[in-house]
Amino acid sequence: MKAAVLLFPGLNREGDAMRALEQASGHKPTLVWHAEHELPAGTDLVLVPGGFSYGDYLRCGAIAGRANIMNAVRAHAARGGLVVGVCNGFQILCESGLLPGVLMRNRDLRFICKMQNLTVERADTSFTKAYSKGQVIKVAIAHGEGNYEADDETIRRLEGDGRVAFRYCDENGNVGGVANPNGSTNDIAGIYSEKLNVLGMMPHPENLIDPLVGGIDGRGLFESMALFKSAA
Amino acid sequence: MKARVTVTLKNGVLDPQGKAIEGALRALDVEGVTSVRQGKVFDIEIDTTDHAKAEAALKAASEKLLANLVVENYRVEIL
Repeated sequence: MKAAVLLFPGLNREGDAMRALEQASGHKPTLVWHAEHELPAGTDLVLVPGGFSYGDYLRCGAIAGRANIMNAVRAHAARGGLVVGVCNGFQILCESGLLPGVLMRNRDLRFICKMQNLTVERADTSFTKAYSKGQVIKVAIAHGEGNYEADDETIRRLEGDGRVAFRYCDENGNVGGVANPNGSTNDIAGIYSEKLNVLGMMPHPENLIDPLVGGIDGRGLFESMALFKSAA
Repeated sequence: MKARVTVTLKNGVLDPQGKAIEGALRALDVEGVTSVRQGKVFDIEIDTTDHAKAEAALKAASEKLLANLVVENYRVEIL
C-alpha cells in the first residue's frame, strides 16, 4: 500500500500520520506539498492530516480545499483510490467538495482536547476491516470546529446509505447525549463518500497507536487501510 | 471600482458565536436586542469600470471561495 500524506502550511499532524501509516504498512509514505499538481505514481491512499491549514483563515479548510493538489486528489478518488482526512483534513475534504456538509464551531464555543469514545458503525469498508461492527474505540479529539452540519436531505442520505463511519459515544457505547462533545448532528464523528472510498473524521486515530501514549485503538484504521490493494 | 461582499449564515443554521454575542449584549444592558447573527464583510477593489463584469467576477469569487453555500448566503454590492 503506497500512501501519500499532503502538507499545507499550518498543518501539524503529518509526522504522527506518517508514523502510523509506516507502522501498519511497513512502507514509508511520501509527503506531498500542496502546490504539486500530481500525486506520486501508484498512490493508493491519500491522507490529509490535521492542524490549522492557513491559520484557519476564512473558514477551516477553505483555502487548502482549493489548492492545486486537491484536483489530483479528486481524480484519485474518482478512480477509486482511498482518501482519508483527519480533523482539519476532514474540514479540507468537506471544503473541497469530496465530502458533503460542513464542520461548524463547537456547540459550546470551546476548543476541546480530550480522549473520546467512538462507535465503529460498520466494519466492512477499506477503513474499518480491522475493527468489528459496533466496537467502541477510544481515541483523542482536539478541535474547535467539529460540529458536523448538513442539510436535512444530505443527513437523510448519509444515514440511509450507511455512510456514517463513527459516532461519539460513552465508554459503554451509548451514543450521543453528554457523550457528544461538540453538538454534531446525529453524533456524527466521521462520514464516508458515496463509494465508501473517502473518509473524513474529526478524531485522531493516528495518536493512539502506541501503548506508551494511552492506547492503541487507532491502529485498526491504519491496519485496515494497509490491506487495500491498489486503485484502478 | 470598490465593492463589498457580505457573507451571512443561512436561516436555521445554529450560530454559537452570534448567541454568545447576544448574551454579552444583554449582560451590557443593551436594550431590545432579540437576536444576533455573526457574518463576514469583504471590501474588495476590482480593476474594471464595468458594473456587470465586476458583479460577475464577485459572484464567482463568492461561490468559489468566500462563502460556503452549504451554510452561508452572500450579497454583492458595488460601492
